[in-house]
Amino acid sequence: MLCQECGKRPATLHFTKIVNGEKNEIHICETCAREKGELIPGTTGGFSIHSLLSGLLDFETTGKGTASSVKTPQSLHCEECGMTYSQFSKIGRFGCSSCYKYFGDRLDPLFKRVHGNTVHVGKVPKRSGGRIQLKRKIDDLKLELQQRIQQEEFEEAAQLRDQIRTLEKEISGQ
Amino acid sequence: MPNLRFTEKALSEWMRGTANDSDIVISSRVRIARNLQHLPFPLLATRQQSEEVLKRLSKVTGNQNIKGLGPFYTVKLDEIEPIDKKVLVEKHLISPSLASESQNGAVMINEDESVSIMINEEDHLRIQCLYPGFQVREAWGKATAIDDLFESEVDYAFDDKRGYLTSCPTNVGTGLRASVMMHLPALVMTQQINRILSAVSQVGLTVRGIYGEGSEAIGNLFQISNQITLGQTENEIIDNLHSVVLQIIEHEKNARMRLMNDSRLRIRDRIKRSYGILSYAEIMDSKEAGQRLSDVRLGIDLGIVQGPSIPVMNELNVMTQPGFLQKKFGHDMNSEERDIYRARLIREALANT
Repeated sequence: MLCQECGKRPATLHFTKIVNGEKNEIHICETCAREKGELIPGTTGGFSIHSLLSGLLDFETTGKGTASSVKTPQSLHCEECGMTYSQFSKIGRFGCSSCYKYFGDRLDPLFKRVHGNTVHVGKVPKRSGGRIQLKRKIDDLKLELQQRIQQEEFEEAAQLRDQIRTLEKEISGQ
Repeated sequence: MPNLRFTEKALSEWMRGTANDSDIVISSRVRIARNLQHLPFPLLATRQQSEEVLKRLSKVTGNQNIKGLGPFYTVKLDEIEPIDKKVLVEKHLISPSLASESQNGAVMINEDESVSIMINEEDHLRIQCLYPGFQVREAWGKATAIDDLFESEVDYAFDDKRGYLTSCPTNVGTGLRASVMMHLPALVMTQQINRILSAVSQVGLTVRGIYGEGSEAIGNLFQISNQITLGQTENEIIDNLHSVVLQIIEHEKNARMRLMNDSRLRIRDRIKRSYGILSYAEIMDSKEAGQRLSDVRLGIDLGIVQGPSIPVMNELNVMTQPGFLQKKFGHDMNSEERDIYRARLIREALANT
């Protein structure tokens, strides 16, 4: 495919631009991209992940499109560091770890878009994360319990039930 | 007196070794982002708070000789010259933003420079492990061990649901960014690179230039890294990157073989021309240097060029950067002067092999 700008060089950059809901496919060569000032990740220029993120967040706060159910009151802010949701949506970065708590589930659509997921399943700090590790273990055991019951293996199921009870006591005692 | 040992030599100790698939994978890097509980992220931290972060974290590395890594040396960024900062960036020991924007920014570097721990960058703590060749699993193993060590002494900002809490939403969860720097000249020459790069982006990985976000891919060097940090375990992230990189290595090898079968004379001609130009040129801009060094590296891998070794090529990649050139020759230069010194440095390095 040739570059749609100069028509001479092969198009090496292909991207979709959406402006006001209107979709445009663009195929251009690197030279024309530079001249036109289309800034692409991986090349020099002002395009950064933060500007992209703030674009996503702005989208949400204006209440258009798929995120229309997520309404954000103007006053929403983090009581720990004072960052407002609208500031956060402009700079694309949190002020402190409590922002995650105060902005709460409003962050789900953003995480869904960036990561495709909203919940952490990886490493847990050993010292402060003991409770979380126990909770994960209980969840795993509960899943196994369901399977055993379905397969009518009641003896094993009873053992699992007892194990879960012990762990649950351990958690509430912590 | 700030410690300048890390800016005196171009080559980190680790670059002298060779490792698995080091003809195609130049290096493997893992970084994990962490923050301390009850302190605002560096973006909002006061000077006093960022000092507190530095103090608490320095205590962890200061007191012990971390197993197998030797002692750590702390370099405070506001105590060194701009030129030394530039060199640390060019050696990938710190990020450009730690060099230019941080308050109370510091880096702890170990003896062989395989580990650098950035403090008060975008997050309070960024543990980075850099290994030669394709050793992304080894790099992760080391990084997580160092993470455990910090975690045993300080309380991290961590949440049941979101995992490790980071300043930027793109790092939350595992805080893990694993990346592999690859030299892919044959895929570029055979024009397969775009197809492969777009496939890579469909499995949750991204491709960047070699100095990270926003930088240009020079000399056929591509940095491939994970994009997703939330909802996957660290092992899944590392395994995914590992298997994709293995496939790209295979494609690059096949492309090299096909080039050698179909256009052996042209390839030999191109590589030897580049070797000749690097050996004799008087003026060399950085773009041309990147391309010619890439050709010669390919020539070494294919047995077409004898003499210079892969570590020498690694060294030249760093030494020909603007910061290092000015450091080496001891004065500020405009870009024309740099092109002259760059040519001289390359000529001398190749003459000595």
